[in-house]
Amino acid sequence: MSGFSLTRVGAVLAKEFTQLTRDRLTYALILAMPVVQLLLFGYAINGDPRHLPTAVLVQDNGAFARSTLGSLSHSGYFDITEVARTTAELDEALALGRVQFAITIPADFTRRVVRGDRAQILVEADAADPSATGSAVAALSALPQEALKHDLVGPLARAPSAGPPFEVVVHRRYNPEAITAYNIVPGLLGVILSMTLVMMTALGVTREYERGTMESLLATPVRPLEVMAGKLAPYVLVGLIQTAFILILAKLLFDVPMAGGWGALSLGIILFIMGSLALGFLLSTVARTQLQAMQMSFFYILPSILLSGFMFPFRGMPDWAQALGTLIPVTHFLRVVRGALLKGLGVAELWPSLLALTVFVLAVVGLAIARYRTTLD
Amino acid sequence: MTFAVDVIGLDKSFGDKHVVQDVSIQVGAGKITGFLGPNGSGKTTTLRMLCGLLTPDAGEGTVLGLDFRREAERIKRQTGYMTQKFSLYEDLSIEENLAFVARVYGLDRRRQRVREALERLGLENRRHQLAGSLSGGWKQRLALAACVMHEPRLLLLDEPTAGVDPKARREFWDEIHALSAEGLTVMVSTHYMDEAERCHDIAYIAYGRLMARGTGEAVIRGSGLVTYRAEGPGADRLARALAGKPGVEMAAAFGAALHVSGTDRAALEAAIAPFRRPPVRWTEVEPTLEDVFIHLMNQSKDNFE
Ligand SMILES: Nc1ncnc2c1ncn2[C@@H]1O[C@H](COP(=O)(O)OP(=O)(O)OP(=O)(O)O)[C@@H](O)[C@H]1O
Ligand SMILES: [Mg+2]
Repeated sequence: MSGFSLTRVGAVLAKEFTQLTRDRLTYALILAMPVVQLLLFGYAINGDPRHLPTAVLVQDNGAFARSTLGSLSHSGYFDITEVARTTAELDEALALGRVQFAITIPADFTRRVVRGDRAQILVEADAADPSATGSAVAALSALPQEALKHDLVGPLARAPSAGPPFEVVVHRRYNPEAITAYNIVPGLLGVILSMTLVMMTALGVTREYERGTMESLLATPVRPLEVMAGKLAPYVLVGLIQTAFILILAKLLFDVPMAGGWGALSLGIILFIMGSLALGFLLSTVARTQLQAMQMSFFYILPSILLSGFMFPFRGMPDWAQALGTLIPVTHFLRVVRGALLKGLGVAELWPSLLALTVFVLAVVGLAIARYRTTLD
Repeated sequence: MTFAVDVIGLDKSFGDKHVVQDVSIQVGAGKITGFLGPNGSGKTTTLRMLCGLLTPDAGEGTVLGLDFRREAERIKRQTGYMTQKFSLYEDLSIEENLAFVARVYGLDRRRQRVREALERLGLENRRHQLAGSLSGGWKQRLALAACVMHEPRLLLLDEPTAGVDPKARREFWDEIHALSAEGLTVMVSTHYMDEAERCHDIAYIAYGRLMARGTGEAVIRGSGLVTYRAEGPGADRLARALAGKPGVEMAAAFGAALHVSGTDRAALEAAIAPFRRPPVRWTEVEPTLEDVFIHLMNQSKDNFE
């Protein structure tokens, strides 16, 4: 009979806002979290690591092999820390993580260079942490032109048109899809939003039960949907502020490209914020105490970090993990954010992920309303 | 007489714990009814069912003339419920709490009502103080102010004066009587005997069962209890000698005097006969409500076990 009352929503909303402003610590955390995480994640992977431990297997005694190795060390990226005698030794050094790179110069290297017959060296990179290898691998592209500049003179001199005297074959091992800082900073948006929003709403509602204020609230004529709308609205604003904050920092600190796709991005952000809030609300209808709500939030957030493609490249994960990851909203949100920001994709291309987010929002809101009780039993 | 609350056969279990069993309650319109009973007897549970916070397993009837099971929403608008535990927002100020309540009930003239409530409380100067920083007595008065702001017709108060000093308690009751005089129906749970005596009617519940109901006098008369009072030197020391004798259900010292009660007059008189000699003076007195309640509690425990 009473229907939906905006006055009552407004009452709950105003109260939430006042409580939020009174909780200085939470306030500070809302703003500090994006900064701290961006700096931690962003710079931790944005560095330009040099002097990476490198193992070499030199099967060629020729002068050209020595020059090539000298040139590698000279680049500043590779420190030759091990000289392997067999392929097995070389593999072991890489597998156990003693070295970041394993370089093989094959037996016929010098001969082929002299003959001009497609000489190659093999560089295997441990790309499990791709940020560690990225710049070093990039530096390799200049190697063939530079390494033998002083050796190939006189009769061995090559015509400028003949191309480089050898090629570098790079095998990325353990993580074929290299992530870059550009990739991770937009991804952080999803992680930070879920961390704050899911947890804050889950705690916000459970707190009312734990402190006993829910008993008074339920004794008033306020309806479940009104409580939900009023409680969640302030956090929509919180989510939007965080989003703006992260995007601005991403641009200023990391110069993350923003190729466009603003329509798809906005839609994705709105859906994701709503879904995260509703999920927090849903968790609070299950949790009895704030501690439980906190634990349940972590239970959701951990897979969101690990399986969404944020931490590890999605295609690098085993099939079962990919299947699990597909069920996580953050996965789809990351696809939208990366697609829109980095590749400039729009709604037309990103619709499968946007659809997945919509389904998530509808399902969680429905469940939350169904589970929210107007009584204490 | 018209009843503001008229329900029969209330029943509620939590799991296999049968917390309220076949309780029927009638509260006269405009009357103050005291709701008494030992800890865990189901007072809070009953009050929660009356205001729609808990769904009863069984029970029919009306609250304020409305079907209490099907029209909980309409009942809520006309009922003020003060919870046993302070349940306003401790991190909101006094004024903000009142304003919140006013908005949730969709009241008109909100500012004015909040100001009036503050004035009545005498808290205008402290209206920016956080509710959590108030002393126990003030919290209770604030909670009362909050739950009468929407001008309810029925007030359900769950131990509103627990842990409040005697003066504040008296003021609180003066306020309740004032509200009742304006026509409000009040149902108030309490453990204090002096408060029970300030109620028009009493309902006594123990272990989920309603044991007695009516005015204080009717409850005393209905108990069938006979009480003798012993006075004189050493009278209070007789308690130990009398306790447990056949016919003696209770023997308790009141200062220097002793109250001995039982339902079987002959057995009780036989039990005290050996002690009926000077300097101790014995007189038959009217049992107090406390005597009756302790008697009822003992009785219900016997039934229960
Ligand atoms: N939500 C619940 N779940 C399970 N048991 C409950 C619940 N609420 C109350 N109980 C149990 O029901 C019984 C009656 O509780 P209730 O709070 O109604 O008693 P009370 O008369 O108000 O006691 P007190 O005087 O201590 O406030 C108690 O044994 C209590 O443990
Ligand atoms: Mg109680």
